[in-house]
Amino acid sequence: MSARTLDFSVYAVLIAFALAAPFVFPNYTSQVAVMWLMVLMAVTWDMTGGQMGYNSLGNVIFFGLGMYASAVVQIGLVYDVAEYTSAFGAIVVDFNDTQYFTGLVLGIVAGGVVSTIFAIIVGPFMLGLRGPYFAIGTLGLAVAVAELVSGWEYVGGGGGISMPVYPGIAGEGSLVWYILLGLLALSAHLFCRWLYSTQFGLAINAIRDDEDKAEAMGIQTTRYKVVTWVASAFFMGMGGAVFGNMSGFIEPLEVAFPTTTFGIFMVAMALVGGKGTLWGPVLGAILFHVVKEWTWTYLLGWQWVALGAIIIINVVYFQQGILGWAQDKWPRLFGVSVDRGPSETSVEAAE
Amino acid sequence: MLDNLSLLWQAPIIGVDLLLQGLFIGAIFALVAYGLALVWGVMNVKNLAQGDMVILGGYIAYQATLWGLHPIVALPAAIVLMFGLGWGIYVLIIRRVVDRDMFTSLLATFGLSLLIQQVLNLIYGPEVKVAESGFGSMEIGSFIIIQNVRLYSLLLAGVLAAAIIVFMKRSRMGQAIRATAQDARAARVLGVNTDHVYAFTYALNASICGAAGVLVAMIWVIQPYYGIVYSIRAFIIVTAAGLGNLPGVIIAGFGLGMWENVSGFVFGAEFAVAAVVLMLVFVLMYRLAQSYRVRQVVR
Repeated sequence: MSARTLDFSVYAVLIAFALAAPFVFPNYTSQVAVMWLMVLMAVTWDMTGGQMGYNSLGNVIFFGLGMYASAVVQIGLVYDVAEYTSAFGAIVVDFNDTQYFTGLVLGIVAGGVVSTIFAIIVGPFMLGLRGPYFAIGTLGLAVAVAELVSGWEYVGGGGGISMPVYPGIAGEGSLVWYILLGLLALSAHLFCRWLYSTQFGLAINAIRDDEDKAEAMGIQTTRYKVVTWVASAFFMGMGGAVFGNMSGFIEPLEVAFPTTTFGIFMVAMALVGGKGTLWGPVLGAILFHVVKEWTWTYLLGWQWVALGAIIIINVVYFQQGILGWAQDKWPRLFGVSVDRGPSETSVEAAE
Repeated sequence: MLDNLSLLWQAPIIGVDLLLQGLFIGAIFALVAYGLALVWGVMNVKNLAQGDMVILGGYIAYQATLWGLHPIVALPAAIVLMFGLGWGIYVLIIRRVVDRDMFTSLLATFGLSLLIQQVLNLIYGPEVKVAESGFGSMEIGSFIIIQNVRLYSLLLAGVLAAAIIVFMKRSRMGQAIRATAQDARAARVLGVNTDHVYAFTYALNASICGAAGVLVAMIWVIQPYYGIVYSIRAFIIVTAAGLGNLPGVIIAGFGLGMWENVSGFVFGAEFAVAAVVLMLVFVLMYRLAQSYRVRQVVR
């Protein structure tokens, strides 16, 4: 089986599952919707983390920014946002259907656009930092943005904003979020699949392997890095906008900019599945989410300890991840041809 | 914000007070940052669990007060306990990431930091805790009030720092640590057991953090999730001062403490953490600009 047909059969299986899931497990629609969000997060994190070698610990910024941008747009279409947030839920939102759906569409677009603009502004600075400095810098930026937003009264400060309620019948809303998140995850993955097959993909892989050399070969490294980060920010922002509507309530530290939950989940998921591979983040996200939903409630508070332990074990003992390991073992399935010729063996012997 | 600035202008004595308080806190920051610089310089591990070790030390002091002891008693206990813990962490985790790429150590210690904060959260709960020291306060002039505990902690931090410096300069182990930091391979050739040195360095860092944590619990408050801000502070100081630059670390520590106090007063307490973290971004940007200058000259 060639890599191409393998890809398409995996797509077919996943899409079939996605279509069937709301009918087969009607009680778990929101859980599966969150699973698509996790896939989206892992795939977008891997664009910079796995393919470009820039391990961001703060991609959750775009998630939160998208969420807040959509909230401001959706509420701001009808109400004065400052008045709405200062009333702390005393104003009951009363949208008619047209207002709600226009707001929703505009809000999701705004979520993507605001995150994109933010990434364009900070990208050239942050991406100039190399290696661990980039990771620490993005982590610091995420913490700073969360603190700034919780001090900003216009968007409700630390108290948060409650989002407008979906106007349709019960259960219809969760189906809409399910479809939106599923489509976002699918389009992000298709986009990545196309992107990694182009010359652009080769360039960012070159940056990962040796940035100085890539620059010396004439690749405009800064431009490539910013474009990649911006693309991942765009998808992340739209995902945040949808998730904000899904959760119904936005609050800066726990929901919008959760550095220690979603922020680290996306790294852990990409690592478990195998970072730098096309399907690794997807596999990692699905595995992580299913195991998490199954075991979390039985661990009685120890789940976060378990999360820390998982990250440590994963990083220290099994860094290449599941697909990375499989790729080493059966390279042909992944379309990778490895020449185990005399040159490589002689290098190994020399070491 | 402008009200606060004009208040500062009209009554400069408040400014003096803020700077003095910043000095006391900055001493502890400098201590933590020195531990980070030690581990970073010797074994090239960026320890993101630094702040959580500080908070862990703070909880040792808090536990001592629960048992009816004075928190200052916890200082030697924290040093010894954290030394053992640091050695254990090295054997289990850090040993395996020393030679790997730098993101590995960063992420492994980030996982460690999650682990520590969650265990603390399970044991002590998410409430803010303080280890009451019961020292009084004294007044200088009519405006400046200094809590004695801050003065004592400044002195203790100074004593600890001096002890570490003497240890690093004089003792056999200190010499081995410095040799390993300069060139691990050469040190190994010359008979230094570098694995042992790494373990000792990491354990020493843990006990420095533990001691700093005891001081933090006495003069401030502790909470399981406060650790990350201490890690970020330590990174700011080390990045600003550079590795192996002890006077730089001390000056940067004092500077950060003062900046934090003044900005917390001017912008309001809810922006104090944001001001600290934005400082990190500025320091990183400064280093970036500097490295661009170097690249233009060298390449």
